[in-house]
Amino acid sequence: MRPVEILLVEDNPGDVRLTIEGLQEARVYNNLHVAQDGIEALGFLHREGLHSEAPRPDLILLDLNLPRKDGREVLAEIKADVGLRRIPVIVLTTSQDEEDILKTYDLHANCYVTKPLDFEQFMHVVQSVEDFWLSVVTFPPE
Amino acid sequence: MNPDTANMLLVEDNPGDVRLIVETLEENKLYNTLNVVSNGVEALAYLRREDRFADATRPDLILLDLNLPRKDGREVLAEIKRDESLRQIPVVVLTTSSQPQDILACYDQHANCYITKPLDFDQFVRVMHSIESFWFTIVKLPDGQQDG
Repeated sequence: MRPVEILLVEDNPGDVRLTIEGLQEARVYNNLHVAQDGIEALGFLHREGLHSEAPRPDLILLDLNLPRKDGREVLAEIKADVGLRRIPVIVLTTSQDEEDILKTYDLHANCYVTKPLDFEQFMHVVQSVEDFWLSVVTFPPE
Repeated sequence: MNPDTANMLLVEDNPGDVRLIVETLEENKLYNTLNVVSNGVEALAYLRREDRFADATRPDLILLDLNLPRKDGREVLAEIKRDESLRQIPVVVLTTSSQPQDILACYDQHANCYITKPLDFDQFVRVMHSIESFWFTIVKLPDGQQDG
């Protein structure tokens, strides 16, 4: 069985590291790819430039506050693209703003998860996302 | 969203499945209320508070079967996600179908996730507990207040 391909769109190196560590303990074999801003995320998804060999991700973990192109715009572009909109997008952010929550569901984010500041809780959240999305949910077939 | 105030709507026509889902969810009960409707027409009437559903509470999460009488679950999903006042509500498709065209069509229609019901009892219970704990303790659900 091929690994589950995950694209993490996150500019904070500490959060990237914690997410990698959390996913390493996953029971499901996965490959994590990291894009550090919104432009790079879309470049990866459209296999542009450096990303010409990029796999199509099965799951996208998307931060909202990103340099160059905001996560909200990235989400809107993914969900407006017939070729990409099926890929589940999990918004993973420190924002607890009700407006962000509503707006991202309006833009068809698959779910909205807030990043806890506490280390243990952060790991718990990453592992819960992994457990639910990689072992309970059925992904769209290729 | 505090789990104590979360409301769930189950759209399922098979009474055996309804019973199993309700019993399984009641073991942990991470939500406040669970309402059940058994066909697609009732599901939309409930969501739009029509007729006998005039006092219905807006659900924070919808569990939707696909093969439903009167109006199919695929149509119900499409109507929810086209409706500006309903589309924010996460819809978890929960079905025995593992047909690729169903899975694709549901994600295309913006189902929040697609889950195939396991036929094995223990796995079914595990899946239900997992849906419940993920959506009510990990996810931030939209605040349903906006529809007044």
